[in-house]
Parts: sequence; structure tokens; C-alpha cells
Amino acid sequence: MSERQLFALQRISALVLGPLVIIHLALILYAVRDGLTAAEIFSRTRGSLIWTAFYSVFVIAAAIHAPIGLRNVLSEWTPLPRRAIDWSMAAFAILLAALGLRAVIAVVGG
Amino acid sequence: MAEINELIVNIWRGQEKGRLVEYRVPARPNQTVLDVVTEVQRRYEPSLAYRFACRVGVCGSCAMTVNGAPRWTCRTHVRKVAAGNRLTIEPLRNMPRIKDLACDMSTFFGKWQKAGGRFEGTLTRNDPPAAVDPVSAERRAANAAIECINCAVCYSACDVVTARPDYLGPAALNRAWTLVNDVRHAARRETFDRAAADGGCGACHTMGSCVQHCPVGISPTASIAGLKRMSLLRFLGRAPE
Amino acid sequence: MVRHRHHRAYWAFLGHRLSGIALAIFLPLHFLTLGLALEGAATFDAAISYADLPLVKLAEWGLVILLGIHLFFGVRLLVLEFLPWPDPASARTGWILPGAAVAFLIGVVFLVGAF
Repeated sequence: MSERQLFALQRISALVLGPLVIIHLALILYAVRDGLTAAEIFSRTRGSLIWTAFYSVFVIAAAIHAPIGLRNVLSEWTPLPRRAIDWSMAAFAILLAALGLRAVIAVVGG
Repeated sequence: MAEINELIVNIWRGQEKGRLVEYRVPARPNQTVLDVVTEVQRRYEPSLAYRFACRVGVCGSCAMTVNGAPRWTCRTHVRKVAAGNRLTIEPLRNMPRIKDLACDMSTFFGKWQKAGGRFEGTLTRNDPPAAVDPVSAERRAANAAIECINCAVCYSACDVVTARPDYLGPAALNRAWTLVNDVRHAARRETFDRAAADGGCGACHTMGSCVQHCPVGISPTASIAGLKRMSLLRFLGRAPE
Repeated sequence: MVRHRHHRAYWAFLGHRLSGIALAIFLPLHFLTLGLALEGAATFDAAISYADLPLVKLAEWGLVILLGIHLFFGVRLLVLEFLPWPDPASARTGWILPGAAVAFLIGVVFLVGAF
């Protein structure tokens, strides 16, 4: 992947994440009152098509956005070689997507 | 402890390896940092190496790092930067040191070329002059960035240049932006491709040190943002080709 | 002596980068915790009951602020890169302090709700 493509993916995923993060923050501020319990979370998420879609998109966008950002940090702030950084960030992207979608299934499934 | 009318000046002597050497120079009511360096070289240290040319703030040759910030020394009044009558003068950052205050600018100019900065004309002497609309968006964008004299102050201020040897840098990308917007340039697409390649505009993190320090008032960040916009729109297939 | 970094836009870059690093480290842990719901409501409840600990609430508060900072500084970047500039020298530095302030405000709302 060229840096031009990575740059474009980074910005596009940022545009997607913007509104999603705002909604997520609003949800956190609401849900954290009266304490956090499994029942309270599940009452919103279980079997919900909307939350499934919302968090799946959120996970994929974050799995694209974070590794590309970290790639810049590692290449500028550490002495690690470029190839090692590229491969480990690709692996990080896959890890985030896998763990994230698993988490979505966990709170949405039954 | 300095006298009230004395400056304590620490100047870099040596190359990559070297040290700051202290000199004491009379403080005068109207004194630029270049005046100070010149006085040191003429009166106390004939072997001190430094660059200057016009002395009046139009050529950019006298750029050095003064108390940690890159500046034109002929345009820097001592009173403005000397905290407690102390000055530390070093060569510009991000370039190899040749001797004392002179550094090797060949990589800086090489990147200018690498970013597609060389103009290619399409007309000959037999053609009438190109008709360039002075108020078009393209020309206004180019005009905002065109006055760069390649003094390397922005390049010296940029932390991405320090962190990434392959980063083309603010001056080279700013130049590329002026050519991308120049209707007379035959290689506009090629210049853009070079500016948007690895180590190009995508590597800029909008730290803004270039804008902060440019003595001519140019904003390479704005030019690079223009290149980024073009890059994204082209990626999405929504830009004019 | 390094003085060339002493300006607002540089702090914005630093805040955006450091908050991004923190969030990137936090994300896998967040996903793993949520994934515990796969093992049933009881296990999940046991895990998130840690959220009642004051130290954990403090950490969550920090994360909320970091997310806010990353969001607002990021929005500034997107605006700088895709919308025309009011004038070439103005890198919308006026957005930096308000952005950080709103992030802290969100943090305050979180604290009030969490305690």
C-alpha cells in the first residue's frame, strides 16, 4: 500500500469515526449514571439491528484508523525498521477487527 | 555575570562534533544577531565560519538557530531574543554541519527537485505570453506561496524532517503546490504525483512550525493541505484531472 | 535549547498524537472486556463491577477526555485539510483551546454522572 492510499484511508476512516465517536460519548455519559451493569447494557444492545450496524462500522473504521496512525508514530519516534512496522500494524489492524467484531457479537448476541 | 552593556554569546564551533564556545561582545542599542556574529569573527575569532549576503533581509543566507529557533540573523534584533543578555547561536537544524555556523544544504535543494519543483514551459519565444487569470483560484493559491526564497528556516523548524529523512519538507512541498497551480507548467500532474508520493504531503502532521517561523509569511502548511485535499479527491475519483 | 516547538499548533499535534497512542493501547483491552459477555451475564457483571472502583472511574474519566481531545483536534485537522482556509497564515489555532475545553467539559459531565 502506498502512503497516498494509507493517507486517504486514514482521512476517510476519520470522517466516519467523527459522528460515531460523538454518539458513543453521548451514550457513555448517559449509561454511566446509576452505575453500569450487564443487564443495563444488554437491554439496549441485545438483538438490536441498529447497535449491531453502528458498532460493526465503528470497529472496522477504528481498525483502519488506529494502525495507520500508530505506523506514523512508530516510524518517527522509534528506531524500528519500516518493514517490521508495516507488518506489525497490518497484524494490529486484523487483531482490532477480530476482537472488536467479537465484542459486538458478545453484546448483541444472546 | 554579565555587565549591563555586555552580551554573553555562545556560538557553535566545530562540525557534528563540537561545542559551544563563549564570547563576550559589547551590547549596543541597535544590534542584530548578524552584527554580533560579524563582530565576533572580525575582532575575536577570525576562523569562525558563517554565511551571509545581503544583510538586509531579502536573501535568506544568514539563517541560523538563535536561542533554539531558526531565524534570519540580519532581521533579528538582539534585544528581541536575548534573555538576560545571553545568546546561543547554532547552525540550522536538520542539515549536516560543515563548519561552525555553516551547514550543507544540498539535501534541502535535492528534495526541492525531487518534489517536482522544476518548472517546464510549454511555449516558445515565438508564442505570445501565456494568459494567466490573476484572480483565478489556482493563481491566488500559487501567489500565496510563490515568494519562497529557499532559506530553509521552515525545513529547520520541522520535526517531521528531523524524524523522517525521506520527508520532502515544507519548502519543497510548498514549491510543488505553486507549480501544481501554475497553468503554464507542462508537468502539473507529474509534480503532484511526486509531491503526494511516499515521504510527501501525507507525512505532514500540521505541526505548523513552518508557518510559525517563515520570515516571508508563507504558510507551507496551507500549501500542503491543498496537496492533501487534491490527493484525497483524486483517490475518491472526484477531482478534475 | 529547543524553542521552535513553543506554539499552540504544536501542542495540538502533541495532544492529538499522545491521546491517539493511549486510545490505541486501550482499544484491545476494551474489546476483550466486552467480549467477556460471551461467557454470560454473570461473568460480564463480575468484570464490569470493577468499574465501580474509584481508581477505575478515574481511568475512565481520563479516557473520556482523551477521546474528546483526539476527536476535537482531529476535526480541526479535517477542516484544515478539506475546507478553504480563511487566510493562509491562520491554521485555525483558535479552535485548539476551545476544543480542549469542551473535552474537559465532557469529562466533568462524566464525573458528575459516575460518582
